Amino acid sequence: MNAPQRLFAFPGGLRLPEHKDAATRAPSRACPLPPRLVLPLSQHAGQAARPEVAPGERVVRGQRIARAEGLGAHLHAPAAGVVVAIEDHPVPHASGLPAPCIVIDVDPAAGEAALLPALPDWPAIEPAALRARIEDAGIVGLGGAAFPTAGKLGRPIDLLVLNGAECEPWIACDEMLLRERAPAVRDGGRILARIVGASRIVLAIEDRMHGALAAAREALAGADDIAVVAVPTIYPEGGERQLIRVLTGAEVPSGGLPADLGVLCHNVGTAAAVADAVLRGLPLVERYVSVTGAGVADPVTLRAAIGTPIEWLVAQAGGYRADAERLVMGGPMMGRALPTDAVPLVKAANCVLVLTAAELRDDAPELPCIRCGECVRVCPARLLPQQLHWHLRAGDFDEVEAHALRDCIECGLCAHVCPSHIPLVEWYRWGKTELRVRAEDRRRSDLARERFEARKARLEREDAERAARLAARRASAPAATAGDADDPVAAALARAEAKKRGAATEDADGA
Amino acid sequence: MATAVWVLGLLGVALGALLGWVAVRFRRAGAPLADAIDKVLPQTQCGQCGFPGCRPYAEAIARGDADINQCPPGGEAGIRALAELLGREPKPLSADHGVEKPKVLAVIDEAECIGCTKCIQACPVDAIVGAPKRMHTVLDAECTGCELCIAPCPVDCITMVPARAGLAGWRPSRPLPRLTALVDAARLP
Amino acid sequence: MAREFRLGGAPHLPAATSVRTVMGKVLLALLPGVALSTAWHGPGVLLQAALACAFALLLEAAMLRLRGRPLRPFLGDLSAPLTAVLFALCLPPWAPWWIAAVGMVAAIVFAKHLYGGLGYNLFNPAMVGYALVLVAFTRELSGWPPLDAPIPPGALLDGVFGGGVPWDAMAQATPLDTLRDQLGQGRTVAEAQAGDDGRSAWLALAWTLGGLWLLQQRVIHWHVPVGVLAGVLAVALPLWLYDTGRHASPWFHLTHGALALGAFFIATDPVSGAATPRGRLLFGAGVGAMTVLVRTFGAYPDGVAFGVLLMNACAPLLDRWLKPRPFGHAR
Repeated sequence: MNAPQRLFAFPGGLRLPEHKDAATRAPSRACPLPPRLVLPLSQHAGQAARPEVAPGERVVRGQRIARAEGLGAHLHAPAAGVVVAIEDHPVPHASGLPAPCIVIDVDPAAGEAALLPALPDWPAIEPAALRARIEDAGIVGLGGAAFPTAGKLGRPIDLLVLNGAECEPWIACDEMLLRERAPAVRDGGRILARIVGASRIVLAIEDRMHGALAAAREALAGADDIAVVAVPTIYPEGGERQLIRVLTGAEVPSGGLPADLGVLCHNVGTAAAVADAVLRGLPLVERYVSVTGAGVADPVTLRAAIGTPIEWLVAQAGGYRADAERLVMGGPMMGRALPTDAVPLVKAANCVLVLTAAELRDDAPELPCIRCGECVRVCPARLLPQQLHWHLRAGDFDEVEAHALRDCIECGLCAHVCPSHIPLVEWYRWGKTELRVRAEDRRRSDLARERFEARKARLEREDAERAARLAARRASAPAATAGDADDPVAAALARAEAKKRGAATEDADGA
Repeated sequence: MATAVWVLGLLGVALGALLGWVAVRFRRAGAPLADAIDKVLPQTQCGQCGFPGCRPYAEAIARGDADINQCPPGGEAGIRALAELLGREPKPLSADHGVEKPKVLAVIDEAECIGCTKCIQACPVDAIVGAPKRMHTVLDAECTGCELCIAPCPVDCITMVPARAGLAGWRPSRPLPRLTALVDAARLP
Repeated sequence: MAREFRLGGAPHLPAATSVRTVMGKVLLALLPGVALSTAWHGPGVLLQAALACAFALLLEAAMLRLRGRPLRPFLGDLSAPLTAVLFALCLPPWAPWWIAAVGMVAAIVFAKHLYGGLGYNLFNPAMVGYALVLVAFTRELSGWPPLDAPIPPGALLDGVFGGGVPWDAMAQATPLDTLRDQLGQGRTVAEAQAGDDGRSAWLALAWTLGGLWLLQQRVIHWHVPVGVLAGVLAVALPLWLYDTGRHASPWFHLTHGALALGAFFIATDPVSGAATPRGRLLFGAGVGAMTVLVRTFGAYPDGVAFGVLLMNACAPLLDRWLKPRPFGHAR
């Protein structure tokens, strides 16, 4: 039985304008299939998947078209059609660089869907088999990080948190999912809890998401295994570490995982995808996505196939308004600006946001930091953003590390409240990459030093051996010419010499 | 007069003893200078500095036989680190020793390779594997990009490729200050 | 047809505020205090502020030009006028014009631009300017006009621009001066405060009102004012309890001189103050304690400026020492 949940506060945070009603006015719509789907081989954390189809091949909905390599996730065809190419294509990435994708020309007549067998009796199925099903379905975290879900299910867990705290402005896909599919979220939560052995499940929803709360409570009426908790609406409440702090009062250790506290956190969309995979045998081939912002004519939340071009999604939302200025994948705080809408919807994309100039940071000049400390006040990681910026500018990476840059979650609040309009998050993203590159360089140079020393030692040893062999031959040569082959001492010496030589050669080979 | 001499003399002896004790007590039992310098060098082992590897160059700097601006792979940042370590002024990279370039890795065109093992002997970090008459290959994780294998290859089948290419190697660039460009230029080296 | 978009870094939302807004709000929050001060001391208060502003902007523009910085964003950020007004509020209303000029040279040229301009100054420019003129021109800064007999405008102009006001003849000692003199002559606090009608508490209240509005607007943080209060109490309360005849009460300290102004408007200067929450608390406490110490044992009747400058020098150390524990790090 769940006692009333005691809530805690996380450091920093800020109330932001919500703008949620734009994409929640009407029920979600199923997005019609586009003529062509583009499926990046890498749309999850970890390694890119390896294609299992060839151009020209027919595929059906639900068919696996690329398999996971190492840490990764399988990829499935969202619709029947023909593979036309496996080639580099623009993907939603900050670099604007292309990446390998499987391109499918949609043809609904190409064949019946090939789903996995449904497992309606899942409570009787072994956790390992359920976990395998999640892996087979190619499920990744749908909250934005796209970490392969099965990879998070390996450790014993006490508390499972279903994260429905959709804290960024504009995004409403979890809100709509909960309103319309709360039972699926509930079932997915129960399946996940069975896999990890969690004894408690909490479904956390922000207290301003009234529709989602009502639907969740209705789906759980009479059930006492999942507690619906309304958490205060403060950005970035939905951050995993922040939400766990709010619910349990504990801080996930820096560099550690929630599992270190016996907690596991999954997005509600992930839970629904798990339910679909187990109860209906449906791999992850579609998702809820909000197409919203003041730059689209008719904001809406869609159920769209993975691989649908952003261009197509925006067209479903009535197209761009004349003053559309920026295209963002994700929310206005953490989302990435996209250079073009000719990129596909990926598993991790919860929102396509089109902003007009009025909702954008202006190009007001950046002034020097006046150390006002607003960034310190709002930072949810309790960092000193102004000091980090200062040290990054000076290139003092030892200080940057000492100020715990790696604990920055890039929530964007510091840059939002900065009166000097300093692009702090851009500095941190750059700085984090620099730190990583530096660590990698250090590792490589240590390795090179070691190998250089080893080679030097080997060469010296080989030289010494050659010299020894030469000396030995010279020493034994006169003895041999003397023809005294019967001398037992000389024979023993020669045997020992030969043996030593053999061992040394082995050594050298071993090195 | 005599008192003053006594007092000052005693004071001198006492302070001298204290200094001596401090010198012994707090002596930095650290690595010799060459080790510290070697830590800063990039370990490319390319020999562009004129010494057969980073360690010999580090020893030469420590002895005072080499300057701190002879390492092109280390580049500006490396020179600055050395200058800071040695308490000297940074100076521009010596053009005689080469120019700073982006990091590269060696790749052997395996179709062209005749298996002569010359590159294997040239590699300072044993990052090339292969046997006589067998095609060779470069271990990416170990290659330092020193380019020493290029010259010995009789069929020119080794090329250098950028070490961090494509999406996986993409790095965000340092933010461009919008107004404070002038301030930055004035304040930063 | 695919459409291209301009890129930009996250967050994409418009910035919540600007330097100009922050400085502007601080200037606005000064209004109640300035109004009350003007009502008591006459238009000289406003004249001094206007003079200092004019010099400040002139010097700011000259320094920006000399340093090759763009004029418009930096002149428009309102930081120079704020420095000027805070400085002017410390001057007697009939101080000669060149006091403001000298003070602003010290503040804008030396304390601000020679350290790198906005955001880079180590010391509070207004307090550097004030400390300099206080030490250099003690006589011109010591006399205040009597509260109940405001100076006629003609005499004011004559005094500011012509040097014609006989300060010593008209000047009235401030309560802090009186206290210092009387205690020095062996009288008790009660005797020294006999003529004090406690009116300055109203001015302190006016500054406090402005300060509370700034707190509500999230322009300043509570740490510094609370720190000042704690610092004053920590030093003044034991002294007062030890000998109520020789030492003024904490209430007297809090309501007199520049303490309320300093607690909300001067010690809260972000650039030269501490930036960490606990650093700010300690920064404020240092200012409060120093102020009472200077008033009690020092050579000057008030010590806010010295307290602020001393703590400015300590601020980087405080920030380093009191760095908060990042989220998820061991306690």
